[in-house]
Amino acid sequence: MRIDCPWCGSRPLHEYAYSGDATTKRPDAERDADLSVWMDHVYLRDNPAGLHKEYWHHVSGCRSLLVVTRDTTTHLIESVSLAVQPSKGGKK
Amino acid sequence: MRYSAGSLLRNALSGQMHWRKVWREPEPKSAYDVIIVGGGGHGLATAHYLARNHGITNVAVLEKGYLGNGNIGRNTTIVRSNYLCPDNIAFYDHSLKLWEGLSQDLNYNVMLSQRGVLNVFHTPAQRDAMIRRGNAMALQGVDAVLLNRAEVGKLVPIIDISPDARFPVLGGLLQPRGGSVRHDAVAWGYARSGDAQGIDIIQNCEVTGFAIENGKVRGVQSNKGPITAKKVAICVAGRSSLVAAMAGLRLPIESHVLQSYVTEPVKPILDTVVSFGAAHFAIVQSDKGGLVFNGDLDGYNSYAQRGNMEVLTSAAACAASFMPCFSRLRMLRHWGGINDMTMDGSPIITKTPVKGLYFNGGWCYGGFKATPTSGWTYAHLIANDEPHELAANYSLSRFETGALINESGSGPVPGKH
Repeated sequence: MRIDCPWCGSRPLHEYAYSGDATTKRPDAERDADLSVWMDHVYLRDNPAGLHKEYWHHVSGCRSLLVVTRDTTTHLIESVSLAVQPSKGGKK
Repeated sequence: MRYSAGSLLRNALSGQMHWRKVWREPEPKSAYDVIIVGGGGHGLATAHYLARNHGITNVAVLEKGYLGNGNIGRNTTIVRSNYLCPDNIAFYDHSLKLWEGLSQDLNYNVMLSQRGVLNVFHTPAQRDAMIRRGNAMALQGVDAVLLNRAEVGKLVPIIDISPDARFPVLGGLLQPRGGSVRHDAVAWGYARSGDAQGIDIIQNCEVTGFAIENGKVRGVQSNKGPITAKKVAICVAGRSSLVAAMAGLRLPIESHVLQSYVTEPVKPILDTVVSFGAAHFAIVQSDKGGLVFNGDLDGYNSYAQRGNMEVLTSAAACAASFMPCFSRLRMLRHWGGINDMTMDGSPIITKTPVKGLYFNGGWCYGGFKATPTSGWTYAHLIANDEPHELAANYSLSRFETGALINESGSGPVPGKH
């Protein structure tokens, strides 16, 4: 399996570290006090057989965090994007 | 189907063409007391113990493929109970005791070989952890023996115990009662016994949905039509999330692939099950002579029953480093099994929010050795609607209450044992 990094191009699997499901969203610590919301985020997963949106860290490359959409039955990769878009620079 | 010296002789003389089938191939009835979804080792064991321990025989086991095509035929056949958490030690040692009597119980030889399971360690910190583990086992009456470096070398002479080894060996923790079992025979033995007690084992029958009314299960839909049942028990490790989703459940599970490998067969050279301490690697010699071993999970969600080359290379490097005499063996095959990886590394045997629907899964990559007691405790849960004391803490609710059973003491990562 190779992943097409937006910065580095197609690179082999061993340059990347898997960081899991990219669809769970960390609750807001101040607003979401309900434990079931946290239970959902920390433990529960859709775990699909098919397209799965997941984080990969290009740890031995540009160190970007990527969001990869991959088929868990074939390992074919449908899309790769940066998890965080780079800022344009200048004052915010 | 029963075997005797006479039947062996008769079938030898008639070209082995007239053996009767070992279990029936019935079409599903329209209704059962209990439907077990999944005819793997655990599902078949559950059926056997429902009949044997609870007298419930109006049971169907629905298997999507053929018996033995899932993880019951894909594991590395190791049985042991060398755990650390009290719940796990009690559960897996009950299982080891059932293994010890299983051939007699089933009247079918599962070829248990208690050749000993040795966990080698390489650092003082690992030694401390192993001593702690051994003491935890001894406290529950489970056998555990601490070996020093020379004793490891004496027990398994092919381990490189020289100080020049890449990861010098300090010693090992041995469980003499651990060993290996012929895994296919487990599926066949449980199936034959369940069938003889009146249970319908229905192959090529895929469950496609659950009939649920007012929060209570009424049966299943399948590719062989709807079947009603008072109770339905899910037992499909590897695809648990997909099957449970049909009943509206979301689980703390990810599916990952674990590869196993087997070399060309050689003469007997390794009479102990051994695990390496410097990386994840365990090895056993099969009765056919092949060295069967495995390493790490591939490390990302997968429903593909095959693995990648990186992990294969790493496992082979472990073999060559740990037992250098294996460096020139050729590998015959490698394959993958899909494992339910739970968020704390321990299994789930539980009631669900749907009345009459039960769930058994999340075995990570430790399910094979658990087969007898998984069936034993799951049958108890189904029959009594109350958990067996050995599995009471394997509930689904532990993820809400925080009462996790976490062997490695690390965070919620679905990638450990």
